[in-house]
Amino acid sequence: MTSHVLSLLVEDKPGLLTRVAGLFARRGFNIESLAVGHTEVPGLSRITILVDVEDAPLEQVTKQLNKLINVIKIVELDPAQSVQREHLLVKVRADNTTRSMVLEAVTLFRARVVDVSVDAVVIEVTGDSGKTQALLRVLEPYGIKEIAQSGLLAIGRGSKSISERVFKN
Amino acid sequence: MTADTSPVPSPSPSPSPSTAAASVDAGQGKPEILTGSGAIIRSLELLGVTDVFGLPGGAVIPLYDELMTQDSIRHILVRHEQGAGHAAEGYASASNRVGVAIATSGPGATNLVTAIADAYMDSVPILCITGQVFSTLMGTDAFQEADIVGITMPITKHSFLVKRAEDIPAAIASAHLIASTGRPGPVLVDITKDAQQQKAPFIWPPKLDLPGYRPITKAHGKQVQAAAQLLAEAKKPVLYVGGGVIRARASEELLAFAELTNTPVVTTLMARGAFPDSHQQHLGMPGMHGTVSAVLALQESDLIIALGARFDDRVTGKVSEFAPHASIVHVDVDPAEIGKIRAADVPIVGDAKDVIADLTAAYAAAAKTTTPDISAWWTYLSGLREEFPLGYAEPTDGLMSPQFVIQRIGELTGPEAVYAAGVGQHQMWAAQFIKYERPNSWLNSGGAGTMGYSIPAAMGAKVAEPDRVVWSIDGDGCFQMTNQELATCTINNIPIKVAIINNSSLGMVRQWQTLFYDGRHSFTDLNTGHGSDMVPDFVKLSEAYGALAIRVTSADQVDDAIKLALATNDRPVVIDFVVSRDAMVWPMVPQGVSNSYVQYAKDHAPTWGEE
Repeated sequence: MTSHVLSLLVEDKPGLLTRVAGLFARRGFNIESLAVGHTEVPGLSRITILVDVEDAPLEQVTKQLNKLINVIKIVELDPAQSVQREHLLVKVRADNTTRSMVLEAVTLFRARVVDVSVDAVVIEVTGDSGKTQALLRVLEPYGIKEIAQSGLLAIGRGSKSISERVFKN
Repeated sequence: MTADTSPVPSPSPSPSPSTAAASVDAGQGKPEILTGSGAIIRSLELLGVTDVFGLPGGAVIPLYDELMTQDSIRHILVRHEQGAGHAAEGYASASNRVGVAIATSGPGATNLVTAIADAYMDSVPILCITGQVFSTLMGTDAFQEADIVGITMPITKHSFLVKRAEDIPAAIASAHLIASTGRPGPVLVDITKDAQQQKAPFIWPPKLDLPGYRPITKAHGKQVQAAAQLLAEAKKPVLYVGGGVIRARASEELLAFAELTNTPVVTTLMARGAFPDSHQQHLGMPGMHGTVSAVLALQESDLIIALGARFDDRVTGKVSEFAPHASIVHVDVDPAEIGKIRAADVPIVGDAKDVIADLTAAYAAAAKTTTPDISAWWTYLSGLREEFPLGYAEPTDGLMSPQFVIQRIGELTGPEAVYAAGVGQHQMWAAQFIKYERPNSWLNSGGAGTMGYSIPAAMGAKVAEPDRVVWSIDGDGCFQMTNQELATCTINNIPIKVAIINNSSLGMVRQWQTLFYDGRHSFTDLNTGHGSDMVPDFVKLSEAYGALAIRVTSADQVDDAIKLALATNDRPVVIDFVVSRDAMVWPMVPQGVSNSYVQYAKDHAPTWGEE
């Protein structure tokens, strides 16, 4: 199995996410992460899906997704030709004895502290999944209390945009 | 890989020309104000819909109130919403026009689900309109509330939830367009009761906003040439014709293509009638209960040209051993079907009608430089056809043979009729022993295998094609699932003819129990036929519904009964053919094995010189 990042340009319609997620479930594909948000075009949303499948079934799921009336375009983003990021919030135990070490890790990872209390800090980090996982490994000994993680976001490098051709039509 | 690799799609669709001509504000400058319900009906009317099947309930009372005030659309009141759904399917399958079913919210809508699933599997263009509770009550578990859009998401081509009257024309027009173009299928429009009651300006044609819907109709020229070249070079080619050829109305093109190329033709269960059974190049139906020659034509071919077919497991048998030496040309309007089951050497995305015409032209060009020679292949297949014709053994219990009954119905009625089967043994026999000469003459539930399909589908077909004789070939099990629609037929003067092939059991399951479960007939006895309590008595039941009812127990009565049925057109006719329960469907490829193991009859696997 290999990971693939699919970017879907979709109409912003009620039930759209159910249609997409349901199709994955029905055809037996496992979504590893999913992120949805608005785009630069009013009425269009973008769904970024990380899915772990071989090439042949990926082609089938892409074709099935294309059949959904509200799906306008699907692009697979090659890691080398795109920027891929995930966003992580992590609450770590940090009291007087450990806080400085935790903060050092934060600096090394170019992460940020966004909340401080007597015995914990909340750290925010953005990066590819290698970076976020590495930070978690470093913080683990201090005691991770809570994690909130976004789905992967991805965008192609260069000047072309996914909605360009659609928008022209 | 990106989605950009597909062939060029057709331009964004717009409503059909006949509808675009309609104008509602002629001379006035201002659009007419209609209720949402009025807009539903006006939209259907402008789309050319003339018949709908439905049953009212709380959430569609406003719509039914408007239905009463018009006479351009005939509404047929069914007795169960499933009947409306299958009737819409039968209507569409017999005529290639979109079938329409109407149901109320909650249980009314969920009763449509089986028919919607059926239409999805068999790519039948139907439009289902359901009422929904007031938009202000949605999500509160209101009386008769069900999330029918959510429930039907996996089994519709698309669906719409409409909460405002002004959105109705576009929703209905879009649904109609989506149902009937590209790969056809069921589309659901769920409309809240307040949207039906509100008033809004009626603007037609509505602006359709479907940026993601661009069905591909015109195929790549290069692919077509490559396919034609393969065909010209092939030594053992076969045309594997599926239901898509019927949906695409491509039978004429198919006939021309087949005759020019002299290629053997097999027609799947969904494609019976797409190519004339009387044609010398036709080997019959492939698959689990196909003819030996059709099964082996596919299995031993070196080139399969699949036209609107989807390599269903009932056709391929064990997929990994299916047609091991064949190259595949796969023509389908749905790109997702290509390569789904079997990799295609030449994938062609396009409408079968256009593609087959293009293939014919391309073959004519290719045949100039390559001299096709398939005479040895034909000799072999003709030998198989002669040695293993379709046939049946007379039952040993002295009762009638079901195959004989069905064959006589076909022979006495002829190819201009419509035949709608239920699901099971009688369906297979009807596919085998009735000779089909034209598309849209054979209706059945192929993909979903829905028992109970036949009677309402026959009813729908008769409404669509009132001048044709319409037979429902049904089983005693199937008949008991949907026979309430006989009331609809009697009341509305829809004189269908029903042949119950009454073997007193769930015959196909019983056959599998006999063959594969040591004859342990677990719960397949229905007690409706010979030597049983005969509950219900089909003759009395049918008479109660106002039908002419006849019971036939011996072969010498068969022709007279069929002739009486054909002569009776003032009411439905039901013939209870009490047949032997031991008859089995042959040939058969047992489930999960290679097609090479096709059995001609019980314990009789032919030897046909496999290498």
